[in-house]
Amino acid sequence: MNLTKDQMLNLYETMVKIREFEEKAKELMLGGKLAGFLHLYCGEEAIAAGVCANLNDKDCITSTHRGHGHIIAKGGDINRMMAELHGKATGYCKGKSGSMHIADLDIGIVGANGIVGAGLPIAVGVAFALRYKKMDNVVVAFFGDGASNRGTFHEALNMASVLNLPVVFICENNHFGMSTPQSVHQKIKDISVRGTAYDIPGKTVDGNDVLAVHEAAAEAIGRARKGGGPSLIECKTWRHYGHFIGDPEPYKDPEEQKKWLATDPIPRFAKYLIESNYAIQADLDAIKNSVREKIEAAVRYAQSSPDPLPEDIYSDVYAG
Amino acid sequence: MAKKTYIEAIRETQSAEMQRDPDVFIAGEDVGVMGSAFGQTAGLLKEFGMQRVVDTPISESAIIGLGVGAAAMGLRPILVIDFIDFMAVCMDEVLNQASKLRYMLGGQVKIPLVIRSQIGAGIGAAAQHSQSLEAFFTHMPGMKTVAAATPADVKGLLTAAIRDDNPVLFIEHKTLARFEGEVPENDYVIPFGKADIKRAGSDVTIVSWSAMVHKCLAAAESLSKEGIDAEVIDIRSLIPLDRECILNSVGKTGKLVIVHEAVETSGYGAEIAAMVADQGFDLLDAPIKRVAAPFTPVPFSPVLEKEWVVNEEKIINAVKSLF
Repeated sequence: MNLTKDQMLNLYETMVKIREFEEKAKELMLGGKLAGFLHLYCGEEAIAAGVCANLNDKDCITSTHRGHGHIIAKGGDINRMMAELHGKATGYCKGKSGSMHIADLDIGIVGANGIVGAGLPIAVGVAFALRYKKMDNVVVAFFGDGASNRGTFHEALNMASVLNLPVVFICENNHFGMSTPQSVHQKIKDISVRGTAYDIPGKTVDGNDVLAVHEAAAEAIGRARKGGGPSLIECKTWRHYGHFIGDPEPYKDPEEQKKWLATDPIPRFAKYLIESNYAIQADLDAIKNSVREKIEAAVRYAQSSPDPLPEDIYSDVYAG
Repeated sequence: MAKKTYIEAIRETQSAEMQRDPDVFIAGEDVGVMGSAFGQTAGLLKEFGMQRVVDTPISESAIIGLGVGAAAMGLRPILVIDFIDFMAVCMDEVLNQASKLRYMLGGQVKIPLVIRSQIGAGIGAAAQHSQSLEAFFTHMPGMKTVAAATPADVKGLLTAAIRDDNPVLFIEHKTLARFEGEVPENDYVIPFGKADIKRAGSDVTIVSWSAMVHKCLAAAESLSKEGIDAEVIDIRSLIPLDRECILNSVGKTGKLVIVHEAVETSGYGAEIAAMVADQGFDLLDAPIKRVAAPFTPVPFSPVLEKEWVVNEEKIINAVKSLF
């Protein structure tokens, strides 16, 4: 698939935006400005960017505890995200969610989720509703290698398969289920083989190659949109940091970490853009600087926003 | 009014609501061709087609997950988990997803789904098909829980459940399947949080729900022959609870007996007892009594099961102990 220069640069900008957002969140967390847990997406940016570039605002996603990248790539407002991380009333969820459950229903973000593997069956339900309403939209369910061992993964893939629903299951295989290496938590190497069990196409791609991800996702999303049913795409990647901020990562082999950091999707794509004459270094620097300014503005927005009121504890438990 | 069975009321209410609102659909095991184990969905596949009456794999997590996702997008799923015992295998979807999403997402979504499920012992189905687990679901802010004791209440409560914008657990009782009663013909909605005084009385308040209501009514008739005039309240809706109705009755009688089929320990009777002790202590002239099952799994042997389930005699004895 041929992407225009603008599309290429948009992919780059999305990846940089995610990285900068996450690095800023890390800094804020370590500086004692944020409460709760923070699961950083650094290193996996090519997946969210490459997949979501194929989606429109009526298409939907379900996300995970490591969800900031998906929200940003789907077009989420970083001001409201940052405010949510700070627990502010102006946050996406009025401070009721924090990092792990951000949603924006207006642009198809049905929600990140604090329970590993919980998004998959929900994505199947969203797809059911889209088809019920005769829309040609699709749903992408992001999840990790850890979630591929949950019953919900198997139930959701099977359900989507038998109902022939427009869902694309994107497995971000970062090679660790929390602290447990993939080789310890499952015997298979390629999670995409599990598609066979449900008679749906399964494909493994280099998750640190944004163009490879984009192409595979385009094919699967296009098929789902035309009524061709669900697909499973495994994107092999690497979590630059631990499971959460504060995780000392005793389970990571330093050599392997070094090897993977050399395939960091952002400098890798930058190199490609320059070598293929889509951009010069100054263009990329300008993107990064502009993104950094937006992130700083988001932090200012969040930190100057009002806190929720004590009585807000009681709102939104029930509708009506 | 026309006489209908409990099962007919379930089936006809679903059909009426599906005719009324094209966003209502049913999904679950055996709901289509089979029409459900007790016939609760018989004929609906033929009437509404496969798109709206969805036979699913045996995948309870995916059934509730399907409902959560579809409800978030504006549909109104009726999800069938035939036996409440099976809710254990989809508890994340009920507890952490359906009940929590609206709150966690800052009110961005409504989750208007109904889970229909049966409680109850009495047919020799043993410990994994006979439990009364309603109390579990009263410990989940975001979830509403109702239980119907009569065909009329089935219609009123199920209609309200389907039209409600929140997750609702609609509890049926398997021993009531063929129970007959008059059912209003026209649109009939029972607002949640409204208890029903099924028998008025002045000497003692008996609070119950689901099939136990009928045992309480039978016990009340026996007691009346001995000069004790019992008031029987069917709370119908556990969450929200009609506290006022209970407190008003206790204010009149001064005595409270709570009867439920579930095991006594941490049963919903404990919540009602605590509520009355807290808000109506001065109204009481005797200790609050609970009549419930022993703290054991439900036994299979008909002899043991009969002993296990609360019966009229146990209710009568509890009431008499207060006089």
